[in-house]
Amino acid sequence: MNLTIINHQDTRSGFGAGLLEISRQNPDVVGLVADLTGSLKMDAFKEAFPDRFFQTGIAEANMMGIAAGMTIGGKIPYAATFANFATGRSYDQIRQSIAYSAKNVKICASHAGLTLGEDGATHQILEDIGLMKMLPGMTVIVPCDYNQTKAATMAIASYQGPVYLRFGRPKVPNFTLTDKPFIIGKADLLVEGSDVTIFATGHMVWQAYLALNELKEKGVSTELINIHTIKPLDTEAIIASVQKTRSVVTAEEHQRNGGLGDSIAQVLAQQLPSPQEYVAVNDQFGQSGKPEELLKAYKLDSKAIVQAALKAVERKQQL
Amino acid sequence: MTKTEELTRMASQVRRDIVRMVHANQSGHPGGSLGCADLLVALYFDHLRINSASFSMDGHQEDLFFLSNGHISPLFYSVLARKGFFSLSELATFRVIHSRLQGHPTTHDGLPGVRVSSGSLGQGLSVAIGAALSKKLNKDPYLVYVLMGDGEQQEGQVWEAAMYAGSKKTDNLIAIIDYNGQQIDGPVDQVMPLGNLEAKYKAFGWSVIPFNGNDMEEILQTLEAARQQAFKGQPQLLLMHTEMGYGVDFMTGTHHWHGIAPNDEQLARALDQLEETLGDY
Repeated sequence: MNLTIINHQDTRSGFGAGLLEISRQNPDVVGLVADLTGSLKMDAFKEAFPDRFFQTGIAEANMMGIAAGMTIGGKIPYAATFANFATGRSYDQIRQSIAYSAKNVKICASHAGLTLGEDGATHQILEDIGLMKMLPGMTVIVPCDYNQTKAATMAIASYQGPVYLRFGRPKVPNFTLTDKPFIIGKADLLVEGSDVTIFATGHMVWQAYLALNELKEKGVSTELINIHTIKPLDTEAIIASVQKTRSVVTAEEHQRNGGLGDSIAQVLAQQLPSPQEYVAVNDQFGQSGKPEELLKAYKLDSKAIVQAALKAVERKQQL
Repeated sequence: MTKTEELTRMASQVRRDIVRMVHANQSGHPGGSLGCADLLVALYFDHLRINSASFSMDGHQEDLFFLSNGHISPLFYSVLARKGFFSLSELATFRVIHSRLQGHPTTHDGLPGVRVSSGSLGQGLSVAIGAALSKKLNKDPYLVYVLMGDGEQQEGQVWEAAMYAGSKKTDNLIAIIDYNGQQIDGPVDQVMPLGNLEAKYKAFGWSVIPFNGNDMEEILQTLEAARQQAFKGQPQLLLMHTEMGYGVDFMTGTHHWHGIAPNDEQLARALDQLEETLGDY
């Protein structure tokens, strides 16, 4: 299947648009933000629903606690800030007041990963997926583009339970069709292939798509699956694909430790051991730079994905 | 019997429950539990407008109480059980494996009366603010109460929350600090002095009422005064002076009994000082 670029948009704007639309449909949705209204694209929501907009100032721990409390009485809080502050900064609040207490809070985390760009390593969290997926009962969602982020933002309102929704800063290709429903926990098979499966998440889905042509020229038939929900993981889709390809690449804007790759390795180790290559940051902090420069420097671009796929296929052939 | 006498009798029974629970499992926190017993009895058996017969997480059209200093769970459990949220016999399962009465309170096992997990300190005030905001959105005229410890005031999140509630005028919120002056490592004034708490909260935009939390009459008057002051543009702090371990002479006024269980002989001495007014569990 060919993917067509509709336009270039940032996933955070997909969040802002989704929040506005779901708030029109569901009067229980409320939005909280820690001094990043513009960055999180919440201005339109704030203007449309001033009584349902809560500014906490630069106090993320308090914001998470308030969000937990607002669920008591039936509100559906979307607590929004940068991914770094939405996880590491307020981990214990999320763990005790939200996850262990099973509160219906939607943690909305922007500017995740290297593609945050010039602000550098202090803000480029690469550990958040791991932190969040380790919490019992936490759902972890990483949509790939604007349309999918918008759809996911709306879909999580009708799911009961804590959710971590991760998205990013830069404008990236937007290719998900607007009429495509977002189903939590259901992987998207984007391109069918038979030699290797690439499981990608977030911005890396498009990078992986860019790798397909070169792989095709090298005679590798590649299957591309968008794992937008890292937890709960669609193990059925993963096993079905790997049974066919028997070699795997995982691609994510995150540390190798604790990310999507580890989740998939856990499934395969138990059910279908197969050669797997990681495209991820390898135990390093990021740095300042343009998003595309950073993806290249940390070997997260389409070229790195091609190399990883070739290696995975080669390892399979050596078995 | 006057209302104060009835509540005092209940508090005596609750204190017996506390020392018996902590003794039975040889673990738990008797000091703060004993010190706050009068307050929680006053809240649950007189002041709070609550529906203990059918507990609902959302708590619409009723007052809500949050325990932020979750380690005084023996007190919380005793009061909830005696109020009828769950069976008295369940108190015997405190801190036992597969019990709903975990070391620190949790919603995880569906224990009626508990609306959020607490134990890691500093989080309850934020949660209470959230519940108060939810009530405002729902046009629900009832109030939200939260109890914190004094040592807990050393957590930064408390001040994030204090700043929020004061500046945003969360005036359906009543916070209470158990100001017993003790924490695990010793007197609060030595471990990390809090300075002038009353002045600090006032500076954050709160209305503050100091009172004696081991005097039933004064507790009732203070709670009533606070209710009258609700919805007047300020969150309220009730600065509750208590003695840790109050009611058992050898446990009173020392941090030693913060988290230590009495042995058999100490239990007997404690129970000698606490009249069994309503029957042990």
